[in-house]
Amino acid sequence: MLDVRGLKKVYEGSGRRVEAVRDLTFSVAAGELVCLVGPSGCGKTTLLRCVGGLLRPTAGEVLLAGRKVDGPPPGMAFVFQEYGRSLFPWMRVGENVELPLRRKGLGKARRRELVADALGSVGLADAAGAYPWQLSGGMQQRVAIARALAYEPEVLLMDEPFAAVDAQTRADLEDLVRRLWRERSMTILFVTHDIDEAVYLGERVVVLSASPTVVREQLKVDLPHGRDQVHTRVAPRFAELRTRVYEQIQAAKRGTERPVKSPLPRQG
Amino acid sequence: MRGANAALGAAGLAAFLALGEAVPRLGLVEEDYFPPTSRIADALGTEIADGSFWTALGDTLTGWALGLAIAIGAGIVIGVVLSVVPYLREATASTIEFLRPIPSVALIPLAVLLYGTELRSVLLLVVYASFWQVLIQVLYGVQDVDPVAEETARSYGLGPWARVRHVLWPTALPYVMTGVRLAAAVALILAITAELVIGAPGLGARIAVARTSQAVPEMYALIVVAGLLGLLINVGARSVERRALAWHQSVRGEVAV
Repeated sequence: MLDVRGLKKVYEGSGRRVEAVRDLTFSVAAGELVCLVGPSGCGKTTLLRCVGGLLRPTAGEVLLAGRKVDGPPPGMAFVFQEYGRSLFPWMRVGENVELPLRRKGLGKARRRELVADALGSVGLADAAGAYPWQLSGGMQQRVAIARALAYEPEVLLMDEPFAAVDAQTRADLEDLVRRLWRERSMTILFVTHDIDEAVYLGERVVVLSASPTVVREQLKVDLPHGRDQVHTRVAPRFAELRTRVYEQIQAAKRGTERPVKSPLPRQG
Repeated sequence: MRGANAALGAAGLAAFLALGEAVPRLGLVEEDYFPPTSRIADALGTEIADGSFWTALGDTLTGWALGLAIAIGAGIVIGVVLSVVPYLREATASTIEFLRPIPSVALIPLAVLLYGTELRSVLLLVVYASFWQVLIQVLYGVQDVDPVAEETARSYGLGPWARVRHVLWPTALPYVMTGVRLAAAVALILAITAELVIGAPGLGARIAVARTSQAVPEMYALIVVAGLLGLLINVGARSVERRALAWHQSVRGEVAV
């Protein structure tokens, strides 16, 4: 579904040349939920903006369903970390969710249906008439997720969406993403700096190196499909996986060239 | 609290009017040049009963409204175009900084040369003075667009025009409203100045006539009318602002979440 090939992004300006992303290659299969995790400042956001067509890569390419991405493609929806700034304060919640649909040229009845359905699935069916700033942070991010759902994207890109909410809200939102992913069989690329979150959410975790960024390791998360905050997080397999990712991230921060070869026991 | 403030305000105004009555009556100032409040009120009553007063008021309001409308329209369109088209802002910045501080009244000779005492003379001065108020605010407002909001709009495939309409314009609106409020006040000042100095028909010309014919109380009555007009315009502009910006932080206040 989504192919990232040899992606490289160099920022140039005022005499400084910063290589944010060196050479990234990975792919996301249709219906897969992949988490990208890496040390802070490793160019995760740059990478996601390139994937979403918001930034032009210096080299390499991004393919969505075989078509090259240059400019935001209609089949992708973006959920930003800064929900408060991503939602428009001058529009009510319903209008915020509806706006992208108007650009898609959908009829009024169809738009209304999609908005109601999306707000219903994030548990905000009766908030359509409110302004975003009348809602709590977690609710605002759910509105942003609803806006992405209503857009009916092939791929949903999420850029550290829960970094700015409190821990309890965060757990609820993680479960929401898992539920929506299973219900709607979406393809999701989820960027986070939180190792636990990456392992809890993902079917696969892509560990990135420190900047200039390359893929350090890809890890299949062989936890059961049905996950919950209480049991999954204390499962021995969860601990093994998070330890593995943690070691990789630590090694990435130290700048170790070769991946750490600590044995990862197969699940039997 | 609100009631108490209103009462204090009314008391202050009453005291001011009483002072205006007492000072000339006590002979502290020349009564011929500073008529007491009651005589001004009388003159105001006579004015209101006079049909030609209303014609003059109509002329002033026409010059004000027409000039303001042209200035707002031009200020918004030019401001948005300057900000949206690359390099245009930089190319025009120094010219704008040169033209903007020229006092509109300095253009009175030009206005007379071009249009004599016609309405167009008034319009030239009004538009010149209020245009900059709007333009500068639009330029500031457009710069305030949140990059995250802009990226959100782009990621959902909103084209340039849709982004101007749904992101840039609502972001700039609070600034535009400030510009419009300032421009409305400046436009009235210039409309009356133009009438007073050039003699274009309106309240200003009527004030000049009252002065030359030694009708001092009438002159004051007309000045009071001009003041009330300014007050009404400001109150009106503020209420429009509050309605248009109900969503904005400055109007909505703190919200309990």
